[in-house]
Amino acid sequence: MTRQQVTIDGNEAAAYIAHKTNEVIAIYPITPSSPMGEHADQWSSQGGTNIWGTVPLVIEMQAEGGAAGAVHGALQTGALTTTFTASQGLLLMIPNMYKIAGELTSAVFHIAARSIAAQALSIFGDHSDVMATRATGWGMLFSNSVQEVMDLALISQACTLESRVPFLHAFDGFRTSHEVMKVEKLSEDDIRAMISDDMVRAHRERGLTPDRPRIRGTAQNPDVYFQARETVNAFYQATPEIVQRAMDKFAGLVGRQYHLFDYVGAPDAERVIVLMGSGCETAEETVNYLVGQGEKVGVIKVRLYRPFSVGHFLSALPKTVKTIAALDRTKEPGGAGEPLYLDAVTAVSEGMAEGTASFDSHPRVIGGRYGLSSKEFTPAMVKGVFDEMSKAQPKNHFTVGIVDDVTNTSLDYDPAFDIEMDDVVRAVFWGLGADGTVSANKNSIKIIGEETSHHAQGYFVYDSKKSGARTVSHLRFGPRHIHNSHLIQQSNFVAVHQSGFLEQYDVLETAKEGATFLLNSVYGPDEVWEHLPEQVQRQIIDKKIKFYVIDAYDVARETGMGVRINTIMQTCFFAISNVLPREEAIAQIKKAIKKTYGKRGEAVVQKNYVAVDAAVAHMHQVTVPDQSSSVIKMPPVVPPEAPEFVQNVTAKMMAGEGDLLPVSAMPVDGTYPTGTTQWEKRDIAMDVPVWEPDVCIQCGKCVLVCPHAVIRAKVYDESDLSGAPETFKATEARWKGMEGQKYSLQVSVEDCTGCTLCVEVCPAKDKSQVGRKAINMESILPLKEAEKENWDFFLGLPEFPRQDGLNFTNVKNIQLLQPLFEFSGACAGCGETAYIKLASQLFGDRMIIANATGCSSIYGGNLPTTPYTFNQDGRGPTWSNSLFEDNAEFGLGMRLTVDKQTEYARELVDRLREAIGSDLAGALLNADMSYEAGIEAQRGRVVDLKAKLSGLDDPAARDLLSLADVLVKKSVWIIGGDGWAYDIGYGGLDHVLAGGRNVNVLVLDTEVYSNTGGQASKATPLGAVAKFAAGGKPLPKKDLGMIAMSYGHIYVAQVAMGANDAHTIKAILEAEAYDGPSLIIAYSHCIAHGIDMAQGLNQQKLAADSGHWLLYRYNPALQAEGKNPFTLDAKAPKIPLKSYIDTENRYRMLQQSDPDTAERLAAKAQKVVEARWEQYQQLAGKK
Amino acid sequence: MVDLTTTYMGMSLKNPLVVSSSPLSDNVDTIREMEEAGASAVVMSSLFEEKVIYESQSLDHYLNYGVDSFAESLSYFPDMQEYRTGPESYLNLISQVKDKTSIPIIGSLNGVSSSGWIEYAQKIEQAGADALELNIYYIPTDINTSGADIERMYLEVVQSVKKSVSIPVAVKLSPYFSATANMAHQLAQAGADALVLFNRFYQPDFDLENLEVAPNLVLSDSNELRLPLRWVAILHGQVPVDFAITSGVHTHEDVLKGLMAGAKVTMTASELLQNGVGRIGEILAGTTAWMEEREYESVKQMQGSMSQQHVAEPAVFERANYMKVLESCRPVAK
Repeated sequence: MTRQQVTIDGNEAAAYIAHKTNEVIAIYPITPSSPMGEHADQWSSQGGTNIWGTVPLVIEMQAEGGAAGAVHGALQTGALTTTFTASQGLLLMIPNMYKIAGELTSAVFHIAARSIAAQALSIFGDHSDVMATRATGWGMLFSNSVQEVMDLALISQACTLESRVPFLHAFDGFRTSHEVMKVEKLSEDDIRAMISDDMVRAHRERGLTPDRPRIRGTAQNPDVYFQARETVNAFYQATPEIVQRAMDKFAGLVGRQYHLFDYVGAPDAERVIVLMGSGCETAEETVNYLVGQGEKVGVIKVRLYRPFSVGHFLSALPKTVKTIAALDRTKEPGGAGEPLYLDAVTAVSEGMAEGTASFDSHPRVIGGRYGLSSKEFTPAMVKGVFDEMSKAQPKNHFTVGIVDDVTNTSLDYDPAFDIEMDDVVRAVFWGLGADGTVSANKNSIKIIGEETSHHAQGYFVYDSKKSGARTVSHLRFGPRHIHNSHLIQQSNFVAVHQSGFLEQYDVLETAKEGATFLLNSVYGPDEVWEHLPEQVQRQIIDKKIKFYVIDAYDVARETGMGVRINTIMQTCFFAISNVLPREEAIAQIKKAIKKTYGKRGEAVVQKNYVAVDAAVAHMHQVTVPDQSSSVIKMPPVVPPEAPEFVQNVTAKMMAGEGDLLPVSAMPVDGTYPTGTTQWEKRDIAMDVPVWEPDVCIQCGKCVLVCPHAVIRAKVYDESDLSGAPETFKATEARWKGMEGQKYSLQVSVEDCTGCTLCVEVCPAKDKSQVGRKAINMESILPLKEAEKENWDFFLGLPEFPRQDGLNFTNVKNIQLLQPLFEFSGACAGCGETAYIKLASQLFGDRMIIANATGCSSIYGGNLPTTPYTFNQDGRGPTWSNSLFEDNAEFGLGMRLTVDKQTEYARELVDRLREAIGSDLAGALLNADMSYEAGIEAQRGRVVDLKAKLSGLDDPAARDLLSLADVLVKKSVWIIGGDGWAYDIGYGGLDHVLAGGRNVNVLVLDTEVYSNTGGQASKATPLGAVAKFAAGGKPLPKKDLGMIAMSYGHIYVAQVAMGANDAHTIKAILEAEAYDGPSLIIAYSHCIAHGIDMAQGLNQQKLAADSGHWLLYRYNPALQAEGKNPFTLDAKAPKIPLKSYIDTENRYRMLQQSDPDTAERLAAKAQKVVEARWEQYQQLAGKK
Repeated sequence: MVDLTTTYMGMSLKNPLVVSSSPLSDNVDTIREMEEAGASAVVMSSLFEEKVIYESQSLDHYLNYGVDSFAESLSYFPDMQEYRTGPESYLNLISQVKDKTSIPIIGSLNGVSSSGWIEYAQKIEQAGADALELNIYYIPTDINTSGADIERMYLEVVQSVKKSVSIPVAVKLSPYFSATANMAHQLAQAGADALVLFNRFYQPDFDLENLEVAPNLVLSDSNELRLPLRWVAILHGQVPVDFAITSGVHTHEDVLKGLMAGAKVTMTASELLQNGVGRIGEILAGTTAWMEEREYESVKQMQGSMSQQHVAEPAVFERANYMKVLESCRPVAK
């Protein structure tokens, strides 16, 4: 039977089987498993059926815990039910997993295995999450490649039905979940043959129904719980054989034979590695190579990890084995070893003790850790492990792949060891997210995978920024199945789509001798050589590299492709890589274009065709001289004045050399310095804002809205201008009482993302040329060096004194406050960051932030650098991210500390009144800190207090000394997105708000799960398209503010900076001043809205003008004054909702895909707007 | 009872009042209302090739925007099975209107490429339109483009569309030709079945508050009838095509004037946008009453009765008259 060959990733492979074999699917987004839910939802929304011909019911839940609960309920009532998750999501499912297993319920969860947040969150792959569920009683099958994901997903489903033991089907997050690979697609007949309808009906029969009433989930007492718990043993004992039978049946059907433990290697191997997951692929490839070299080595690929069959494990090992190394992709600090190691030790020990093992001698078992958080696991590391095993006293509990210079666990290995086969084309592409490199490469893999007999593999590495992100694509094409689950070490093709990378990264490091190098550069074949750094020139000469150049941006411009150079570079790749004959390749690229873009319209297809046709003609081979001659050197990553930690650690990560950092370089508890983005000059904007002092009215709007805090303003004495660079701009300050002072607006061009929000918001226009504003975008190239100098000078100007009597309650004055949140890696034009920056200006020097996982925790805390920074006194926001679901509680805990410590400190002040002086004590205890000068005065008192305490030999004095700073008012902020506040964290948020403590909650409402790629949340508006709401959200957005207001004691405000900046400031100030819980819901335009981000503020205005987003404040403090606490700050809607939603792709794409539904939902949404307006008017007492 | 029937590009119409291209014809129910109110035909709102291209490229842009950049969010939208970025919804509307009405439906097209004009003209015909109006909306701002270039472009469009469809084709003209009469003549030779005078270009306004150029729609009034009235009167009998007047038709008097100038039909939209589709019935009733009062038997009887060829003083339509008008506008002496 010939099966369809498809090029898909692991997530799609798992989702395909899950969707075909289930009736109910409960989903919730979490990286890297989200695409499984997205596929399932999309297939169901498009009418895709399972093997029984019915469309699986897919439901998005509010959290993984909720998904697990829904799954449990569906299972207990007899539906075939599944879910997909990873990491913390899986941990949230553990309580239900115990129940599901305890009740012997057939189910499979598909897991894109990911690290668990410990000292830090990581989205990348290892087995920490799966291992944390070992005790739940679930079976566990591990897949090592995309093909295995499809195969073992089906085998899992078959086995759970027969065994009644539920199964986790796990595969490595990213490495397998996101690797694109050519695989054989199982047919529906294959699936039907594996899934027994009788067992499905038996599962259904076990479901609870009032027609056969029973109860399940009882509470048991000491008399029977134990015995009842032991009833499941027989099922677990039977499971391994059931799994093997299923694997054998599968082999009979499909031809691929799996075993519970697959051994590969020499039959007389003496050294055997045991591991699970994608690392097996590399280990197998390496073992085959080493066996070919005569080495007696082997590898056990663990498929069925639970129930762990000691007998099968021992049988799989060659009797000649002397040393076994169990490699775990997880860490259990304080344990006797990691889980697989312990299982191997136990198995060998039992086998030897009980005589069931037939080894020639008692093998030694050692354990090691590798590959945490997708750390590379290469053939060199595999060989390093085998080399260690050859030693008389091999290291146990080792690590491989890092340098542990603290506890010396790491193994040495030769990183140059490489086993890539010559008949495999290995291509590495360096690109930007925005230029479409990855998309084109995915297309290339499809072309080769599906249109030729070759095998194809693609894996993509992204950096941690959301704007100006770098991507590195690793593509392999070859005549055999590709068993390389590691990045390319030796490439025969390198393409660099951004010439700026040449001075930032060692892009030719992987190029082997004779490789081909394709560069996108503005310089033609005759000029490009002299513009290469010396190191690159040398590599080209030394490695005899064939060098081609194209000005792809020019071709893209000419052909209407904008900045998307993907099609052009892809065509050039095919033209010079010889993967396919050139003409055939071009025909296939065009076919792929039609397939990919056809449904978006013929104009798009034609545009791409033109680009393909123009590409090759503009590519030129460069004649390479014999000698390098360049004077261009790779500049230092950070300047010499950067702090030591930044020099030694942060800079390495920035340079892409974080893998080389030893353990000793890392903080032991996950604590990092703030103020580090200032050292990471990303230089990603092609055009930057330029200030025109003669037009400027000094309103401060550009400073306020800049999402990246790259526009700053200062007022200072004229004398401070001494030594200013020649091009530094200054003008007379236009403030009452500041006559004679100077004003400067300065842009940090190297930190700018070029989003243009500042220009859009600027209200000042040149009277003689209205197109010229007070701030305009201009090319960075002629400005850069001068503006760098100007920025440095500007930073040296004195900050405006906060307690100088100026009222920081309006946009104009606030521009003078130093932002303590700067240069984040958020999307260019991000709608969230301006709110955080504003809060940091107002309260940053006494701010404690609890940040829910999401965009704000990523641009806020993703290494290498953090945008949170500190002022000249060393004060600034202190920040932490706990989890996604617990942020309100986490922030409350911070508040409780402040409250308790303040209380205790005040008690101590009182107790030590005599020693510190009654006047000082009284002043400390009665300080009015409701205004800046009052806070500053208290800081002065604390200095005095510390001075007095430092001389006292008294435990109470020492305690007070350690707590004295808490006497200065702290501002606790709980920040997160709508996914947290409306969905997963809502229960906690509700409790914290209801509890009355003084916390400030800032909800950055993008109306969608932005960070995980645009899944619907309960904040998603009616009629908007999102993932998990492909047919348009059928129900209105939850009114979080109204719910909170119902308590009566919570300050609530809904704001939109783009609609009314003064209102936003007022609300944030009132919320912070309110001595109780505050909730600010801030409209945050987002890339996931499908808008021109430069128009983000205008979108906010449209949202407000249409009545979709009502501006209001509910201030319980007004009640005490006998006033209505609710103020409706919005005016009556002045444009129809349609005038707003028609400008956003999230709505428009429904009009294009399902116009009738779009029209119906739009009409319904308009009614919702009108009803809400009525309701809020009543609340405001206006009706 | 007077006979209001007329013909337009070979189509028999029950009266000379046609609804011109406007947003009113975006909706089947509104078109049915207009039919019930008495409209003898409806020109659909224009299918803009530029809009089709924009929709397609805009969708592509936003679906590509930010994708494959960040490991957690490799895309931001679900991948729909299909998108209707093309002319499908427009063509569907024509089909629906044809199913639900019995009056002639005239498609309207604004193309940008030669292939687009032909492709979409054919699709409009296939969708069931009884005729096609070419809305050649072009502002020649390029100082290197001559009047001859523009005229050639118009003629090529008409020739190519005529070759590719079998339904009658009207051309909606701009009033900005150097030689309007000659242009009309050439268009007739190129195959146009009717000329629709004139296209009203939306003229941008200035927003003094924000110092911005603000496009805003100003509806026509009866004063705008004068320009097409003059040109239809001049061309009637000289150029062998049907004429339609489409600017400034608000009252039954405007209809009557248009017919007398030589138009086969008069078209209105601004009036209906301002005062509702019920005005169709009122204008027709006014037309009938006026004719009855003056004992006109039929519309055909008056069509062209005041064209340049048929008035006593043909010169009144020509430039010489300009001075007299100016003289009549002198300020009143204080």
